[in-house]
Amino acid sequence: MEQLLQHLLNGLVLGGTYALLGIGLTLIFGLMNLVNFAHGEFYTLGAYAAFAALALAGVNFFVAVLAAIAAGAALGALCERVLLRPLRAESIDTTMLVMIGVWIAMQNGELLVWGGVAKSIPHPFPTAPLVLGPVSIAPLRVFVFVLAAGLIAASYLLIHRTKLGRAMRATFQDRDTAALMGVRIGRIHTATFAFGSGLAAAAGALLGPVFLAYPSMGDLAALKAFCVVILGGLGNLPGATLGGLLLGVAEELGAGYVSSGYRDAVGFVIIILVLLLRPSGLFARQERIG
Amino acid sequence: MMGLARGLGALLALTLPFWLADPYFLHVVIMAGIFGVLALSLNLLLGYTGQLSLGHAAFFGIGAYTSALLTLRLDWSVWPALACAVAFTALTGWLIGRLALKLRGAYFVLVTISFAGVISLVSVNWMELTNGPLGLPGVPAPELGPWSLRAKSAYYYLVLAGVTLSYLVCARLVGSRIGRAFLALRENEPLAESVGVDVTHYLVLAAVVSAGMAGLAGSLYAHYTRFVSPEVFLFTYTVTMVVMVVAGGKGTLAGPLVGALLFTALPEALRLATSWQWQMLAYGVLLVLLVFFLPRGIVPALAAWRERRAP
Repeated sequence: MEQLLQHLLNGLVLGGTYALLGIGLTLIFGLMNLVNFAHGEFYTLGAYAAFAALALAGVNFFVAVLAAIAAGAALGALCERVLLRPLRAESIDTTMLVMIGVWIAMQNGELLVWGGVAKSIPHPFPTAPLVLGPVSIAPLRVFVFVLAAGLIAASYLLIHRTKLGRAMRATFQDRDTAALMGVRIGRIHTATFAFGSGLAAAAGALLGPVFLAYPSMGDLAALKAFCVVILGGLGNLPGATLGGLLLGVAEELGAGYVSSGYRDAVGFVIIILVLLLRPSGLFARQERIG
Repeated sequence: MMGLARGLGALLALTLPFWLADPYFLHVVIMAGIFGVLALSLNLLLGYTGQLSLGHAAFFGIGAYTSALLTLRLDWSVWPALACAVAFTALTGWLIGRLALKLRGAYFVLVTISFAGVISLVSVNWMELTNGPLGLPGVPAPELGPWSLRAKSAYYYLVLAGVTLSYLVCARLVGSRIGRAFLALRENEPLAESVGVDVTHYLVLAAVVSAGMAGLAGSLYAHYTRFVSPEVFLFTYTVTMVVMVVAGGKGTLAGPLVGALLFTALPEALRLATSWQWQMLAYGVLLVLLVFFLPRGIVPALAAWRERRAP
């Protein structure tokens, strides 16, 4: 029982960051109809940006996470503007191949800059775990979960309370009508991609100190993001949030009770089962943003 | 003119080990041939039925492991093991095809990736069968009567036979009624269905043939490198196949082979010029540029250029 509680807690902490990754991807996938294989690379970018800010510039943790978000969003905006906007009329296969190219180039660029050795990201939190009755948790993980929850809440506010968010929802529902109503689709796409990439970078900056930063860390992250999107349904924000938490818990339980070697198989199996049995996602009544 | 070029090409291919005796270049050519079979296999799905499988490395890996396990654990000789690898991979192609081909577009892509991911993890974790990450060393080289095909110059002919066979199967399939059904499905699925094309039947057929060919490539790879590890399932292999097909020209017969030659030779040429990391970086950038400027691939672009030049 205690073991179960501990697994659930670990799963929720992990799931918070998966939710961040998933929200970013579900917006990009749903709104831009883009299978973004480079999503994990923005996660890696976030981890290395946090490493640069913390270990090299010596700023505090909050500032490092903000710097990572800024770096991810800026590079995301650039990527959308230069590569994706000219290809907007092309098929989904074409843009997907371009994103595979971006993924390979970014990953090897990171390898070139930072080297292949995994980097441990320093953090200011004590390493002694907090003991709460039957379970214990590292203070860093508490911070990661709280910040992830804060960023998820901020995403909701952005989508539901701002003018930009309304324009994004309109674009998702019907791009042509939205354009006729004066929404500048190009800008919405840039903003969406920058926002989604920023969230991925935030997830990287948060999980980087928990694990390690290395150039290929984004591969599995991208896969998990896809898994969350599929669980939650395309463009479904609450779905992605729940899906992220669910994936985190499922992985912890799978690793704890089945075999730790198959931890990463949980995501794959979920993708296969959900797509074959309930393709619109677990939580979807219909595909829409918000 | 065309006939002359073709005859010359065949002559060059048949005599290659005699004028290109350097083992390094022969190795590059053999790998290009193995990737040529893989690219032909992926092209059958991607180019002719329009379904992008990003799990193709799984079929390559299953072929390699089947062949390696049969020869190592059950002491089969290479030829039946090779046949069995093709048959078994085709069977998995049928199974995965039946399940995954209910989906289209991005969702089909994701399911194929996931299947490949699961199979790859099994190859790492099922220690008793696959020896895990350590891999299976000592896979035997094939023998033909009294002669061993272990030398690169001899193995080259085996690979050449594999490429030719795969090419002929593709050409025969594409030129037949079945190929026309594939194209109809690619261009407009509801319309094809309305004139009586059995969608699932033809798509699964394409998946089975494609998987079998990838299994052949895997088996050829296993008996060539004589070592199989979970690395055969790397996503990089799938990406390489996609790049070869798209760059060469999807939906053409020659495209995948052109792409395979080019994109096996290109990293080697880049390797001579720069360090390893720059090589992969340049590879990614080249892929982006290629999709940007030649979205339909080299062979169709060449064909269009020739038509423009000689009206």
